[in-house]
Amino acid sequence: MFEAIAFYLFAALTIVMFTITVMTSQALYAITAMAAGMIFISAFFFILGADFLGAIQIIVYTGAVMALYAFGMMFFDTTRNVIEKRTNPKIVFVLGILAAVMVVAIFVAPIVSNNIHALYPVEANVGNSQAVGMVLFSKYLVPFEVAAVMLLVAMIAGIVLAGKKMDKSLTLMADDQIALNHTSQESNHKGGGH
Amino acid sequence: MEVTLTHYLVLSTVLFAIGLIGVMRRKNLLMLFFATEILLNATNIAFAAISHYIGDLSGQMFAFFIIAIAASEVAVGLGLLIVWYKRTGKIDLDQMNSMRG
Repeated sequence: MFEAIAFYLFAALTIVMFTITVMTSQALYAITAMAAGMIFISAFFFILGADFLGAIQIIVYTGAVMALYAFGMMFFDTTRNVIEKRTNPKIVFVLGILAAVMVVAIFVAPIVSNNIHALYPVEANVGNSQAVGMVLFSKYLVPFEVAAVMLLVAMIAGIVLAGKKMDKSLTLMADDQIALNHTSQESNHKGGGH
Repeated sequence: MEVTLTHYLVLSTVLFAIGLIGVMRRKNLLMLFFATEILLNATNIAFAAISHYIGDLSGQMFAFFIIAIAASEVAVGLGLLIVWYKRTGKIDLDQMNSMRG
């Protein structure tokens, strides 16, 4: 009973939050609604007994990814309204519903045909974190290591791409120096072109 | 009134459809990234639900790897977006036609 109440409550909240994210024209509303939706999604993982996944969802998505987006948005002009594409909304909605039905077919097909076997069944006497650790470090060890290397590569790529000209600090320079720097950069932009 | 696997799959599909609508109607690249995160999260819910109802941990493992991929996608994507914004001052999708394709 409580499970059903929790499911419907969090389902409604998540759908509303993500709809705001998709439909709003303000970037700050979008990122706030997105962070709230991520927290609400972790509730489903706790209901489903995947405690470790729920904790990871909160830490990684609302802790790391949302902070990264908030930090990245400092570079962009987020106060002005986002202009949208002028497409036919009918086409968009029909395509969305069509794709959604396709996804349902993909998920339901193996269940209907009764073709799923539990390869790594959940053991009754250990907790979720322990069971996850046992499966992750035995059967999924190689993908785990590959994912670690991929995250390292992504981190280096992020530092190299976003960290250019970070050595010039705007807070330690004098005002005329900043203005000089700014004009020289603008002339660079005009001269360099695309 | 019991919550079954179908409930979770329907919810996951609704969220996926919302993300897909976002991908199709957004022009700003930052907003497009948000819609991509919604898509990834919708599949994560489906994986966790199937993992619970079949009694198999593989679904949760795939959800972990999807989270790792989403994190690295954000790092690289935001880096590229910042470089592009520094060069051109715009992050609109329609104006990225420097190759005249």
